[in-house]
Amino acid sequence: MTTLTADLPASYLTKEQTIASWLLTTDHKRIALLYFASITAFFFIGGFAATLIRLHLVNPAGTLLQPDMYNRMFTMHGIVMVWFFLIPSIPNTLGNFLVPLMIGAKDLAFPRINLASWYVFNLAGLFVLYFLFMGGVDTGWTFYTPLSTHYANGYVVAAAVAVFINGFSSIMTGLNFVVTIHRMRAPGMVWMRLPLFIWAIYATSAVMLLATPVLAMTLFLVGVERTAGVGIFDPALGGDPLLFQHMFWFYSHPAVYIMILPAMGVVSELIACFARKPIFGYAGMTYALMAIAVIGFFVWGHHMFTAGISIYSAVVFSLMSFVVAVPSAIKTFNWTVTLHKGRITFDAPMLYALGFVGLFTIGGVTGLIVATVALDIHLQDTYFVVAHFHYIMVGGTVSAYFGGLHYWWPKITGRLYSEMLARFAALLTFLGFNLTFFPQFILGYLGMPRRYYAYPPEWQVWHVLSSAGASILAVAYVLPLFYLGWSLFRGERAGANPWRATGLEWRTSSPPPAHNFARAPLVTSAPYAYNPEDGSAIAQDGAHV
Amino acid sequence: MSESAPRPAEQFADFAQQGEVAQLGMFVFIATEVLFFGGLVFTYYIYRHLYGAEFAIAGRDAKLMLGAINAAILLTSSLTMVLAIEAAAADRQRAILRWLALTVALGFLFLGVKGWEYVTDYRDHVVPAVNFLMKPGYGGPAELFWVFYFIATGIHAIHLTIGIGAVLAMMRFARRGRFTPVYYAPLEVVGLYWSFVDCVWLFLFPALYLLGRS
Amino acid sequence: MEWVPFWPRNAATAATPVDTLFIAELAISAVIILMVFAMIVGFGVRYRAGSDASRSNLVRKSWRFEIAWTVATFLVFLGLFIYGANLYVWLYGTPPGDLEIYVVGKQWMWKMQHPGGQREIDTLHVPVGKTVRLVLASQDVIHSFFVPAFRVKRDVVPGTYETAWFTPTKIGEFRLECAEFCGTQHAHMLGSIVVMAPADYARWLADQGAEPSLAQQGEALFRSYGCSGCHGANSTVHAPPLDGLYGRIVHLQDGEAVTADEQYIRDCILQGAARIVPAGYPPIMPAFAGQIGEDDLMKLIAYIRSLGRERHAP
Repeated sequence: MTTLTADLPASYLTKEQTIASWLLTTDHKRIALLYFASITAFFFIGGFAATLIRLHLVNPAGTLLQPDMYNRMFTMHGIVMVWFFLIPSIPNTLGNFLVPLMIGAKDLAFPRINLASWYVFNLAGLFVLYFLFMGGVDTGWTFYTPLSTHYANGYVVAAAVAVFINGFSSIMTGLNFVVTIHRMRAPGMVWMRLPLFIWAIYATSAVMLLATPVLAMTLFLVGVERTAGVGIFDPALGGDPLLFQHMFWFYSHPAVYIMILPAMGVVSELIACFARKPIFGYAGMTYALMAIAVIGFFVWGHHMFTAGISIYSAVVFSLMSFVVAVPSAIKTFNWTVTLHKGRITFDAPMLYALGFVGLFTIGGVTGLIVATVALDIHLQDTYFVVAHFHYIMVGGTVSAYFGGLHYWWPKITGRLYSEMLARFAALLTFLGFNLTFFPQFILGYLGMPRRYYAYPPEWQVWHVLSSAGASILAVAYVLPLFYLGWSLFRGERAGANPWRATGLEWRTSSPPPAHNFARAPLVTSAPYAYNPEDGSAIAQDGAHV
Repeated sequence: MSESAPRPAEQFADFAQQGEVAQLGMFVFIATEVLFFGGLVFTYYIYRHLYGAEFAIAGRDAKLMLGAINAAILLTSSLTMVLAIEAAAADRQRAILRWLALTVALGFLFLGVKGWEYVTDYRDHVVPAVNFLMKPGYGGPAELFWVFYFIATGIHAIHLTIGIGAVLAMMRFARRGRFTPVYYAPLEVVGLYWSFVDCVWLFLFPALYLLGRS
Repeated sequence: MEWVPFWPRNAATAATPVDTLFIAELAISAVIILMVFAMIVGFGVRYRAGSDASRSNLVRKSWRFEIAWTVATFLVFLGLFIYGANLYVWLYGTPPGDLEIYVVGKQWMWKMQHPGGQREIDTLHVPVGKTVRLVLASQDVIHSFFVPAFRVKRDVVPGTYETAWFTPTKIGEFRLECAEFCGTQHAHMLGSIVVMAPADYARWLADQGAEPSLAQQGEALFRSYGCSGCHGANSTVHAPPLDGLYGRIVHLQDGEAVTADEQYIRDCILQGAARIVPAGYPPIMPAFAGQIGEDDLMKLIAYIRSLGRERHAP
């Protein structure tokens, strides 16, 4: 540890170096790094499962893995990636680090709850490791009943407990953010001066708080049913399997907005900085974030179009699904138009951000296609849906996460990374991603269902293309480990504001001192006060940067 | 926690901010709990609508008297909790301890009555998966009523137990003179939680005990 | 569309309208994607740092643009929604069919029963050009009956009946897949729909050997399970008569009125008198849950359906 920080000035990193000072820290910045370690580990566990899946699917007869093992792999991939990587990724690493800094506070409202949430997260992770090593779960991440309650022979209850406990961590995080943003903004930081990243975290937290408890109750009931043999969702005992689906999706649809909203916040920060121009339509962007959060609660039925819901409810859910796409479209247009008359540079974070806009657009329009009920009858439960949500969650969220990681890396670590390697990784991500998932749209319309370990030989070409793309994507995701890790030891020292950005987080040293600011900032300027005409910019506390 | 001049925590400018933040945090937490119990109550009402007759017959075996006594106990305990908060605002230190102790006692009394009720339910053979016996007139879904009954009252009891723990912790702080008219936000926050647990019972009681008795 | 190398086969009346809508949406999607990509690349090049393009006269009032593209987006989406919903109502609502097939999905096979009593496993022979109405049930977990070439899919949910329909337009064999994860062999819960010319189909039916029709088998079960004891013509028990029951509105004791469809009849048999006694009858029918499998239930329902109509109609 000493080599990493030997030549850095006093900061939150150098303050104390004992293990206890890290494991018992209440500093939001250190907690962010603790989370970073945990979720990176889970990213590789989920990625390992994905690797096995793609390797297996190269062969139509599906001989690499036994059927049960394959089923466990995609279940593990889903559970780990959704709850242990995507949902906490941006909020718990970038959010934890940046929220107090961006609003000019010394820490979050409840630092000890923040630390506790990390321990709760890891406790949930222990249950994940437990069921993984004991033999896995094979119900899919969606736990549909009565398969999960009465027919599956894996560790369903352990998996349900893992997700249940993880939910507590989510709720604690969301609670912290909401209260902090409401009550701990620096003087002058009024709502309509908040960076869009903060608005995004706020919207995400609201969704986390309201949706997660319903999942908790649903999984609890599944656990009770499986353990006690009672019939809450089992038709043989009077229960309704569709009720499970309604309750599960009531959470799980807003969950996808938990995954995308923070990414949208990151993208706004990046595009403004690297186009050196205020985000077009700031107010509209904040309304769009809140609209997505709210409307997102009313579309869950679109996961059940073929499940047996009534025609009327299907039509209503379809309409709401189209409506929720409107604010997303507005955001896409606003980001794109921000580039107009900007002063654009193509640093790695910007490449990730622009990649996000492109991939999110593709994912978004295919979302419209599956929202069209008539088409969803054919497309539901096929690879078309798989491709759609991977475009959004991986093409979207993971790109934004990597973009944000690169952008704030100098602030977090005080080091600069290799720009050339980073740009290469960003481009490789974009190419690898498209090669992996675009063929899956074709497979879907052809009629390849999800969760199949074998398929007819005439579809092999698409799977081979997809797996080839996956290998490229794997390189693109692993590469940053190397050059970012390298930068910790040999990277050039970063100044306070290497990007000449306007956020309050850039007005303190890199890395920041333990209490963030030497003096509490006073906010006088709107966010993104970049002037593309001459390239100048004013930070939110009024200083020229 | 030092006995000398208390200060707000590092990240707060003053006690007022700390207090407001604590209360907002508790309200937000309660909102999540509303959705947690709400999910359960919603599911219960779906099945109650679907199986009205069976639930009504099964519901008649719920111990109305014990449920009603418990409702009265909890309502009273909310009152004692509020009185403890008032005492803190008026700087009557011994009164704080007295009212908190009474709240704890009433909480334990609730749990005692609930425990007794569970014993009688066991004797009546209405515990699903343990010793449930189908009675004459009970349809198949009757067991479902009892599943919800035990889940709902069980989770409520767990929340109440956590509440009792919190009030006991408050008593410990009160004994050390931590609550002054300047800052007694933890009491208010625990009070909010306690009232919430009380409110949940006010929803569960009619749902589970007043079924089919009109 | 079969000239496109990666397009599924088009073998039923639903396929063309679905494909048309899909292509329309693909086209709109392509326009949107190209627009966004072009703007990103175009602006990225023109306004890159160091270029001498003018950055003056920045748009300050963004509201006009935002309202304009919000409204435009909303109208386009609304149009797509209406087009899709309209098509959906036709696709999803099950019409009375020329031919009724009872399908039971179970781990990991499909069992088909023709009204004439012919049974098939994983294969379904149907005549071309006729509307086939499917009644779908599950014996265990949720499955999904999916025929990509027909663009038809319906989940098969235990505890309820779903209905679906298709009208094949081409002769041939078309893949049937299970599209809802149902356990270990989900990927091998496959089958084929064999569409034949009417004459061939008739011959195939005859070739299956003389078997009692579904309704006839149901009649035998009606007696063996004891239903005729109360619902039969000579019963002394005051039980509702079943002639012409299917499709009628039934008024229940609690005032609710329901249509006596397959689901209702199934619920009556399985749950007995507890819930759905018609008004005016004592609630004494026993519950047969756990005693009658899905196959037999379908035969009983086929029989009850035939009552009051022409008897033993295939």
